[in-house]
Amino acid sequence: MKAVVHVMLKPGVLDPQGKAICHALDHMGFDGVEEVRQGKVFEIELKGRDAATAKHDLDAMCRRLLANTVIESYTIDVES
Amino acid sequence: MKTAIVIFPGINRERDMARAVKTVSGSDPVMVWHQETSLPKCDVAIVPGGFSFGDYLRCGAIAAQSPIMADIAREADKGLTVIGICNGFQILTEARLLPGSLLRNRDLRFLCKDTYLRVERADTRFTRAYEQGQVLCVPIAHGEGNYFADEDELTKLEGEGQVLFRYCEQFGTLSESGNPNGSINHIAGVMNQAGNVFGMMPHPEDLIDPTRGGTDGRALFESVLERAA
Repeated sequence: MKAVVHVMLKPGVLDPQGKAICHALDHMGFDGVEEVRQGKVFEIELKGRDAATAKHDLDAMCRRLLANTVIESYTIDVES
Repeated sequence: MKTAIVIFPGINRERDMARAVKTVSGSDPVMVWHQETSLPKCDVAIVPGGFSFGDYLRCGAIAAQSPIMADIAREADKGLTVIGICNGFQILTEARLLPGSLLRNRDLRFLCKDTYLRVERADTRFTRAYEQGQVLCVPIAHGEGNYFADEDELTKLEGEGQVLFRYCEQFGTLSESGNPNGSINHIAGVMNQAGNVFGMMPHPEDLIDPTRGGTDGRALFESVLERAA
C-alpha cells in the first residue's frame, strides 16, 4: 500500500522560501503569481495493514515526526 | 555539581560546551551519547549546537526522537535543569520541551556574526548572574533561528515572562535591523513555564575566556552551575 503525505506550513506562518520563489517567478516574467507556499511530500510504502489502520498509523507518524504541528499542517492520502 | 552534555550524530559544539562548563564549574561534564536510554545522575543536562542528523526533515526533528530524549523529558518533568543552545534549542522545541519553533531565517541566509542581546529577566536560574536590561554581544551561527510561536502561545510566553533574551541594537533598543533572523518579538531565548528548561540560538559558550573574544556568555553558566552546586 502506498501513501502520500503532504506537509505545509500553516497559514500565517511566514514562509521565506516560498516568498523567494515567488519573487524569482516574478523576475522570470511570470505575471500574476500572487503567492507561493513551499511544502514537503512524503511517499510512504506500507505493508501488513488495512486502509483504516494505515491511516491511523500515518496520522501518528505525522504528529510525532513528519510534521511539526506547531507550525505545519498535514494531509494523508492512502492509495489502494 | 554534575553536568551532562548530550551528543547526537552531527553535533559539533560539544567540546566548546564542555570547556565552558569546566572553566566555570571546575568539573568535567559527562558526555552522553544519544542512544543511551537514561541520563547519568546530574543536576544539569545540556544539548549543544551543531547539525544533528544533518538537519534532515527539520532541524532537531530526528534528534528529538532519540532514546535519550525520552529520559530528558522525564527528568525535566521532575525539575531537572535543561539547556539547549542553537541546534540544542531546536531539538528542545521539536521535543516539545520548549514552546514555539525555529523557522528559516527571514533573509534565507545562514548567519554567522555577533549579535546584541538584551537580558529580559535576571531572576531566573539561567540569568541570575546578569542584570536585567544588560546588553550582551554574543555570536549566532544558524540558518534556522527565526523564532515563531502562534498568537496564543506568544501571549502566554510574554505574559508568563518566559522570554529571557531578545535581539537588540547596541544599546538595547529593539528594532528590525537589530533582529538578525526575523524572530517574532525579537525572541532569542525562552524558558518553559516551569522555569527549568531553557533554549537560545546565540552561543554563550563561545564567550567564557577574555582572551577568546570576551566573557559575555559566562554569567549564564555561572547562574546555572552555581545554583546546582
